[in-house]
Amino acid sequence: MANEKFDAIVVGAGPAGSAAAYTMAKAGLSVVLLERGEFPGAKNLFGGVLYRKQLEDILPDKWQEAPFERHIVEQRLWILDSQSAVTFGHRNEAFKHPYNCFTGMRVKFDQWFAGKAEEAGALPIYETVALELIREGDKVVGVRTDREDGDLYADVVVIADGVNSLLGKSLGIHREWSPDEVSLAVKEQIFLPKEKIMDRFNLEGDEGVTIEFIGETSKGMIGMGFLYTNKESLSLGIGVMVSELKRTRIKPYELLESVKQHPVIRKLIQGGETKEYAGHLIPEGGYHSIPPLSGNGWVICGDAAQLVNFVHREGTNLAMKSGQFAGEAIIEAKNRGDFSRATLSLYDQKVKESFVHKDLRKYRGLHGFLKEIDPKLAFTDLPRVLNEAAYEMLLVDGETKANKQRNAIKRMKETLGGTFSALKFGYKGWRAING
Amino acid sequence: MSGGIEDKLFTIRFKVDENSHLIIKDQEVCKNCATKECNYFCPADVYHWEGAYTSVAFENCIECGTCRIGCPTYNIEWVYPKGGHGITYKFG
Repeated sequence: MANEKFDAIVVGAGPAGSAAAYTMAKAGLSVVLLERGEFPGAKNLFGGVLYRKQLEDILPDKWQEAPFERHIVEQRLWILDSQSAVTFGHRNEAFKHPYNCFTGMRVKFDQWFAGKAEEAGALPIYETVALELIREGDKVVGVRTDREDGDLYADVVVIADGVNSLLGKSLGIHREWSPDEVSLAVKEQIFLPKEKIMDRFNLEGDEGVTIEFIGETSKGMIGMGFLYTNKESLSLGIGVMVSELKRTRIKPYELLESVKQHPVIRKLIQGGETKEYAGHLIPEGGYHSIPPLSGNGWVICGDAAQLVNFVHREGTNLAMKSGQFAGEAIIEAKNRGDFSRATLSLYDQKVKESFVHKDLRKYRGLHGFLKEIDPKLAFTDLPRVLNEAAYEMLLVDGETKANKQRNAIKRMKETLGGTFSALKFGYKGWRAING
Repeated sequence: MSGGIEDKLFTIRFKVDENSHLIIKDQEVCKNCATKECNYFCPADVYHWEGAYTSVAFENCIECGTCRIGCPTYNIEWVYPKGGHGITYKFG
């Protein structure tokens, strides 16, 4: 690698990095796309949902070619007790016109998306680790890699190295994440014949379903599970906060095994063959964990910047959008010939004015709320009481409905520690999601 | 698949480097660690307390980063494996 200078070096060929690289390369900037994996996506993992809108914003004519699994027509939420489920969901043909979101696999998608950046002119340098940022005074001027003569120079470095963002931390813009700012998700890719998936989930053609579940399955920890339909496989996983794993000492893969045994889940995956086990951290610190997004000669995007909306399991779309915004700001910086924070903060501004920032801001109180409450109450006891109430109401045993309703409300209040506590819980919860 | 961690890890393709990218900074710190949480929270069972020291099966590492954040004394030096090495997902 020669000591050549580029307009921009993008570290990480995930959705954020490739979006930035594509945006800049298309505008004629000289861009390096650096990736430590054997190929883009080799190290990458997600639950499985990609959103059309942000991809279409970047690739208006080409987004349809993306290697999708199934387009989602139904999204379900399950509140689980050990043997039962109270279910919510929404199915709508309107999600097809236009498609709202898709299931996908990152190994396929990230390669395809990075390929678009390459086609636009970005120079791919894969199988290469970015060891550190090269600085001149308070300015980032390049990246040191693990290749021989591996110094690369550029006017700006796009830090899109994911949740572990060693580069972001080396800049000192944020400290190491604390164990309650990240969740560990473990997942299995379970293969089943297409027809079985379509029958079990009530699907036609390439339609798909997503299911999120909370309750007994996280064993009293703050966490959520998911079961998504792909073409010929199911993605089944569960994520729990690292602080919770530390507290309970439950092994992540044993937690996943117990999820697979839950009666409502067991029947959907039975007969399937697991072809991949995977694990990854999810940045879930929310609004208060977002670092400054730009400085002299650098910008930070996607997971590396904690841009994940865990309430709505949106992440890849925020990554793509932030990458696009970063790319646009760098194009402007190139036009002005100024790569200092003064111009690059255009990126911060774009993020701030968009849904990315506003959505995370809306839920800014949720993190504090989760810290305050007893996880067992919210993630085990309340789901159980809800399931018991549903069971009682639907069970015909000679008891009057009025009595059943009274009992259900009584039990709910008891679980929450009395009427006053119940009101406080409701109020605080409401505030946390409507801040 | 029986559901044990060995079977799970068997589904993943690794290109193992000869050098570990995970280093215990000070085994004395592990000795004094009351909770030994890394023996539990690691999704790939990389860490085992062997009675006198923490063993590190870095070959199994799925590069999630949990140990770097979860170790109560930040006693694990965590870097990425050499470019192109480590885990390569088939699906992701």
